[in-house]
Amino acid sequence: MRIRAQVAMVMNLDKCIGCHTCSVTCKQTWTNREGTEYVWFNNVETKPGIGYPKHYEDQDRWHGGWRLDRKGRLVLRSGGRMKRLSRIFANPDLPSIDDYYEPATFDKDILVGAPAGLKDTPVKRPYSALTGEPMAVEWGANWEDGLGGAHERADRDPNITRMPAEAAAKVRFEFEKTFMFHLPRICEHCLNPACVSACPSGAMYKREEDGIVLVDQDRCRGWRMCVSACPYKKVYVNHATGKAEKCTFCFPRIEAGQPTICSETCVGRLRYLGIVLYDEDAVLAAASVPDEHDLLDAQREVFLDPHDPAVRRAARDAGMPEEWVEAARLSPVWRLIGEYRIALPLHPEYRTLPMVWYVPPLSPVLDATGAAGRDDTDADDVFHTIRDLRIPVEYLAELFTAGDADAAAGVLMKLAAMRSYMRARTLDGTVAEELLDGIGMTAEQVESMYRLLAIAKYDERYVIPTAYSRDAAALEAQAAASGGCSLDCEGGPGMGGSGAAGFGAGGSGAGGPGAGGSGTDGSGAGGPGAGDVERVRAVTERFHLVEGGADDVHVGRQGLTTRRPDGRTGLTIDPLRDRS
Amino acid sequence: MSPHPQTPATDSVPGVAPLLAARRFLTKETVGDGGRTLHQIDRGSWETFYRDRWRYDRVVRSTHGVNCTGSCSWNVFVKDDLITWEHQATDYPTTGPDAPDYEPRGCPRGASFSWYEYSPSRVRHPYVRGALAEMFRESLERLGDPVLAWADIVENPVKAQAYKSRRGRGGFVRASWEEAITMMAAAHVHTTKKYGPDRVVGFSPIPAMSMASFAAGTRYHALLGGTLLSFYDWYADLPVASPQIWGDQTDVPEAGDWWNSTYLMMWGSNIPVTRTPDAHFLAEARYRGTKVVAVSPDYADNVKFADDWLAPHPGTDGALAMAMGHVVLTEFFRDRQVPYFTDYVRRYTDLPFLVTLRRRDNGAWTSDRFLTAKDLGDEDQGAAHRTVFLDERTGEPVVPNGSLGFRYGERDAGRWNLDLGEAVPALGLLGTTEEAVEVELARFDVGDTEGGAVMRRGVPVTRIGGHLVTTVFDLLMAQYGVRRGDLPGSWPNGYDDAEEPNTPAWQERVTGVPAALAARIAREFARNAERSRGRSLIVLGAGANQWFHSDMTYRAFISLVLLTGCQGVNGGGWAHYVGQEKARPLTGQQHMSFAFDWQRPMRHQAATPYWYLHTDQWRYERVPADELASPLGTGRFAGMTFADTVAAAQRMGWSPGHPAFDRNPLDLTDEAAAAGRTVQEHIVEELKAGRLGAVADDPDDPANFPRCLTLWRANLLGSSGKGNEYFMRHLLGVDSLARAEECEPGERPRDVAWRAEAPTGKLDLLTAIDFRMTNTGLHADLVLPAATWYEKHDISTTDMHPFVHAFSPAVEPPSDAHTDYDTFLALADRVSELAAVHLGVRRDVLAVPLQHDTPDELATPGGRARDWKAGECEPVPGVTMPKLVEIERDYTLIGAKMRAVGPLLDTLGTTTKAITVDVTPEIAYLAERNGVVADGPFAGRPSLATADRMCEAILALSGTTNGRVAAAGFAALEARTGQPFADLIEGHEDDHITYPDTQAAPQPVFTSPEWSGSEKGGRRYSPFTLNVERSKPWHTLTGRQHFFVEHDWVAELGEQLPAFRPPLNMARHFGRPGEVVDGGVTVRFLTPHAKWSIHSMYHDNELMLALSRGGPVIWMSVEDAAKIGVRDNEWIEAHNRNGVVVARAVVSHRMPEGTVFQYHSPERTVNVPKAERNGRRGGYHNSMTRLLVKPTHLAGGHAQLTYAFNYYGPIGSQRDEITVIRRRSQEVEY
Repeated sequence: MRIRAQVAMVMNLDKCIGCHTCSVTCKQTWTNREGTEYVWFNNVETKPGIGYPKHYEDQDRWHGGWRLDRKGRLVLRSGGRMKRLSRIFANPDLPSIDDYYEPATFDKDILVGAPAGLKDTPVKRPYSALTGEPMAVEWGANWEDGLGGAHERADRDPNITRMPAEAAAKVRFEFEKTFMFHLPRICEHCLNPACVSACPSGAMYKREEDGIVLVDQDRCRGWRMCVSACPYKKVYVNHATGKAEKCTFCFPRIEAGQPTICSETCVGRLRYLGIVLYDEDAVLAAASVPDEHDLLDAQREVFLDPHDPAVRRAARDAGMPEEWVEAARLSPVWRLIGEYRIALPLHPEYRTLPMVWYVPPLSPVLDATGAAGRDDTDADDVFHTIRDLRIPVEYLAELFTAGDADAAAGVLMKLAAMRSYMRARTLDGTVAEELLDGIGMTAEQVESMYRLLAIAKYDERYVIPTAYSRDAAALEAQAAASGGCSLDCEGGPGMGGSGAAGFGAGGSGAGGPGAGGSGTDGSGAGGPGAGDVERVRAVTERFHLVEGGADDVHVGRQGLTTRRPDGRTGLTIDPLRDRS
Repeated sequence: MSPHPQTPATDSVPGVAPLLAARRFLTKETVGDGGRTLHQIDRGSWETFYRDRWRYDRVVRSTHGVNCTGSCSWNVFVKDDLITWEHQATDYPTTGPDAPDYEPRGCPRGASFSWYEYSPSRVRHPYVRGALAEMFRESLERLGDPVLAWADIVENPVKAQAYKSRRGRGGFVRASWEEAITMMAAAHVHTTKKYGPDRVVGFSPIPAMSMASFAAGTRYHALLGGTLLSFYDWYADLPVASPQIWGDQTDVPEAGDWWNSTYLMMWGSNIPVTRTPDAHFLAEARYRGTKVVAVSPDYADNVKFADDWLAPHPGTDGALAMAMGHVVLTEFFRDRQVPYFTDYVRRYTDLPFLVTLRRRDNGAWTSDRFLTAKDLGDEDQGAAHRTVFLDERTGEPVVPNGSLGFRYGERDAGRWNLDLGEAVPALGLLGTTEEAVEVELARFDVGDTEGGAVMRRGVPVTRIGGHLVTTVFDLLMAQYGVRRGDLPGSWPNGYDDAEEPNTPAWQERVTGVPAALAARIAREFARNAERSRGRSLIVLGAGANQWFHSDMTYRAFISLVLLTGCQGVNGGGWAHYVGQEKARPLTGQQHMSFAFDWQRPMRHQAATPYWYLHTDQWRYERVPADELASPLGTGRFAGMTFADTVAAAQRMGWSPGHPAFDRNPLDLTDEAAAAGRTVQEHIVEELKAGRLGAVADDPDDPANFPRCLTLWRANLLGSSGKGNEYFMRHLLGVDSLARAEECEPGERPRDVAWRAEAPTGKLDLLTAIDFRMTNTGLHADLVLPAATWYEKHDISTTDMHPFVHAFSPAVEPPSDAHTDYDTFLALADRVSELAAVHLGVRRDVLAVPLQHDTPDELATPGGRARDWKAGECEPVPGVTMPKLVEIERDYTLIGAKMRAVGPLLDTLGTTTKAITVDVTPEIAYLAERNGVVADGPFAGRPSLATADRMCEAILALSGTTNGRVAAAGFAALEARTGQPFADLIEGHEDDHITYPDTQAAPQPVFTSPEWSGSEKGGRRYSPFTLNVERSKPWHTLTGRQHFFVEHDWVAELGEQLPAFRPPLNMARHFGRPGEVVDGGVTVRFLTPHAKWSIHSMYHDNELMLALSRGGPVIWMSVEDAAKIGVRDNEWIEAHNRNGVVVARAVVSHRMPEGTVFQYHSPERTVNVPKAERNGRRGGYHNSMTRLLVKPTHLAGGHAQLTYAFNYYGPIGSQRDEITVIRRRSQEVEY
């Protein structure tokens, strides 16, 4: 046994309101810069729907994740080394910008500066943030919000196409049959990450101390094999640097014991963060179980019970600090996954052993008067059975249990039973023992599960030990006390002063490839009025992805896209350009 | 944990390991089992980039102001003096160990606000329309006086036309701050001098969301004598049912109280989208066992949280609610009595009170008015306002405490309470009387006009004091169609009788909701209330509220929570969350904002009738006022138009009319002085002689135009301007998209003058003060750059939580931008300077309507309308016409008064909701805390020189934030009611929230008589708990919650009792929803609140555009899209008589057929192409709308139907509209 600790997340989809605050705060903090306009480390999808990028869950199309070969061995779906090397310049498994979306920006100062004599009021129109050309907005990071256009394309949601035919036939994109929920997604920081395996440069790695999967920006050579290999499409190419970037699990915050930004700012209070202990030696076997329906339990088996004295001893023996062992014991993530067993992994059939798990959502009853066959005169019988719910349990099963509908239904049953149990507690103070039998939980368990889901105080949602071998206070002090203007890095990794080893130019001021004339100090701007204030403004506007004056910044005017052999628009950055 | 280096196993996993094996490993690396993964200790070098991005210099607490009412506390991160991003604060005080906390409150709109700080559309300098700037500069050069220069332009028709016609067409030039302020001040001084100060108009919504910013401009207008327009009613956010039922503007539970509910209905409220920061309480309460029901015409975001979804056709919610009421009354009042319900309605509602019946001309009986003590022969002062019930024990009439007649009289001190003594009010007369008569009742689901028809149902009656009377309860049972005994009349045969209102089957025909489902939800709702003693909650929203007849819909909703004893109970009642107005530090906010420390009152104007008249929308109103009248009415609106009803209500003193007279009020006082009589005498004489006219009687007279309009914190022309295209034509004088035709001669007003040619370009100066360029700014003559919410000091509160939040400047405003506070100080100073020559000291006279929460409520016993102009009575100021209040204005001291707390507080104290508090200690405190004015005429007065000082003044003068003030207020309330209240503030008498406190952390407020609920001991706020628990009367006629609303104008429309009034039948005039004509489909046009803009503003943020569809969209059903061959994201055009909208279609099966949504509020400045129809720029949602004034909202002068600002007045509804949608060419031009 090789015991490791993983920082993991559970999102309770039953509480998600689809507000995208997580997406915005994440983007504002991490990816509102040139090269990452289309990148959302955290995005939220409306289900049913095809997602972002389009159809990312369709591994027949994208070949992400793992599969078992004929001998039962775990192999990357994108193929072996030779196959992938052979495709390095024309990777058909790489989503194009159209599969994400072409980011738009809007006229700069046309409203304030419109000339006299217009026939109509001035208006801002969309321009491509990539090419600077006028564009029509035809897709976006959240295009399907609220089921917009669902009837035209959501039937191609891979979760529907994979559903058993009988269940799929019941899914109709009709008013009366409508169902909808939201799926927030970040990088899964998998135990068995396909992206790390696929990286030819060794730039991708999984942090030993907490399992966070990162891209070493010094080493990344822009091969983009990670993008193809990740079945969740949560590795992105920064088109200004040509390097891969992805959700970092906010490691500078995690190290200081703070929740990720998406968690901290989640107003639905549906995210839980904590440590999960697992046995690294068990990962391969778990990822390789033949029957996909067994993957959920197999992954659960990889986790180690933090209450087990033997596990705690092993952890200490392995050098884990007491704070971490204790955090593992208090971990809300462990409780939701391991104790109450209501959290489920997203697409376990990808065999990456993802570490962001989900509590599936309840939904309104489908037919309130007919099929349910309820006794309309009993006004105290207010809840419906889970089999009457609008979201087909088979659909949830495709997302979370590799199609095992009973497993998904079992979780919904627990949530429903908890509500009925608590209704009796709240209204009458009674304990509904009969409800407990059905779900195999004790009253104490149900009430503590209720507390974690419903009351969910801040320090119960987030149990994050500070980075060991480092002093949290020092980290925080380091974070708070800025040295130098980090806005110098507006172009992203490789753009600014440090960490530009991948590029020949390297040093500060050169800007780096793709940055055009956007010198970080704007010293080239010159001209009247280009004083400090203007410089600061110019830098700031670049930071916020808008153009400054007319002279110095031309966001995305480098013509980074071109037609690919298959006729679709793709990024043209030559991954070999800066190979050393 | 130590690393476990090991040699990778070659090819143990085919195709993978070689990639890793080829690597030269560093010592800290380790390859995972099977060689698949690479573990390494983070090396701390490359990742500097991410660490740097996370680095910042400081964190500043602020929040977002108008127009979002969320009031969330945010941390704004600053590095190198630049704002980088914002995250929610999480340091809210806890709600206790067994409830979810408020943290983290916020939403994606707020999280993206910092984008505006450096956005390209940020207004950084003052801008003036080029043509105007040139002329002003030239005139000033020539004349040497800015006021004369302004006059030189606006009084010259050619010059005026030259700049007015160019509004919105580009050509701004930069002006210096000095020049811009001078021009604005000159315009205001000229207007005041020539036309009257009341022609200087200000508009800024929702003070609660940034109180100092609001106060700066309102205080300026108050001191000038300007007119301040209301917003709550104008936005159609005001639930008119609230003043009708409770005599209260709006009072609702905080979001944390949802947790206490055990049955929660979301009715027209899309909580996750519109109450994003609080939605978690809803999700979490479900786990506690709360059943959740969603009532929504579409599968909105909130529906996913429901157990049951009811999808009534848009606008028919009232029918569903009436049917639910039918079930509740049948099963919980008739078939079985629930002691909790019965006791509740006896004590806390008007149900037991006696109502007189009158005979109609056709001989039928119908309800008339409340029986009062006066009818019983009591000649005491308050007798006409003391209502009566029968004592069940004795059968004798009882005049209980607590009605309006006990509220103001000296001798009645201690009797204004709900204490019934030994009396047991009889709930209905059935069983106590043998006699019954059929009464005629209103129904609106059928009939030839909007006024509907009548139905006849029996009620038990008795005779008292010569009057035939019944009870409200008996009328209600008849209205709802609950048959009892052998009462005569036409009754439903059961729930499945679809012909008679208001059965479940009847509602199914109207709403489409299955009858059995409606009945079951009603039953569950009431049964839950019975089991939980009132913890059934209805969360109401704009989806149900912004209809023309929303007051009636709401009365049907609220009836449900009153009948089941839920109102005034934590976890129960109504929860109306639309444009929350709740400035928790109410007293300080009002007194400071309206300059009540210097003079009282100010010119508060209801905005809907104001814009109806002054944008000439009335000229297109071709439906007469009596179209709405019920057959039960007496024909009092015959021959009148809606404009006539506005004029009548204003002259009777019911509804405010500012400006009031067709003469400068400053001149009226001079005339009076010259004539040697009081100005009151003078005005009455002049009016009677017909020499003085009302503005409402001739709004198109140039003397009556609004001349200067200043907008701050507002986007009137891009967001809230209903009938936008009429604003364009008549107010601004530019091209309009409207095609509606004006009235034919036979359709014109009876009283309001019709001028052959409608004026255009009435307004001389439109000033927009904003930090971003909006559609309003584009049309303004002058744009002043404002500080953002991260650049100023201010405070914010909301209904949704009990905390006071601070705004704090994270950075300085850029360039020439200033805070609203500083802007209005600068303006006031400049006006004062110019006034030295042009105005000096003048006397002003205000025509003030009869005011709520004052003895004015006693002016109109029985709600009997008497029009002096029709000779029905004499014009008596303060009784049958507005009060006439004279105020001396030293125009040279406006700037100085803005900066000081005035002396009126020392002598009059503060008065809120009829409770007066001596605030001498607070004045002394403020002198110390804020410092005093050093010199000048007001030396020694507490200073208000800065916004943070204004915040201190607001906090010091309010009971919610100053325990001493709350204690003093409760003492006054104890004296009036004779009931105990002092304990509610016990322990906080010496506590006082200061502005720095709010900057440090969210501050929970104290319980105060300013509001009706209690926060004592960390209790969640729920409205009217003090009324229920402390027997404090509501501010109504009976002192109880009203089912029966008494007023002649209400009776005329047949609305004395709750009833279903359907949406206006636009189909009758303009086509039926779902119909396809000429390639266009006719649909209902609804404007629910948006997900991707900040409440009603700001859909131009690039982050929000990226997460939505990058511009204006209209959501439509798959069926309707198919009818016109439209696919998702194709361009379409919507048009009706009022205007044209170009947008992309979002087609979704989530939408019901026959209805489209254009979410409120798209930006006309973003991605709006030219219309194919006319080649002009497409409009926005309010290009589809036109105002219509509901006369009952003008009813006044009586009890709870008296005026107060934002409390009562016609709503600017916009939900009843229909439009035609066509697919257009997919090639668009900008």
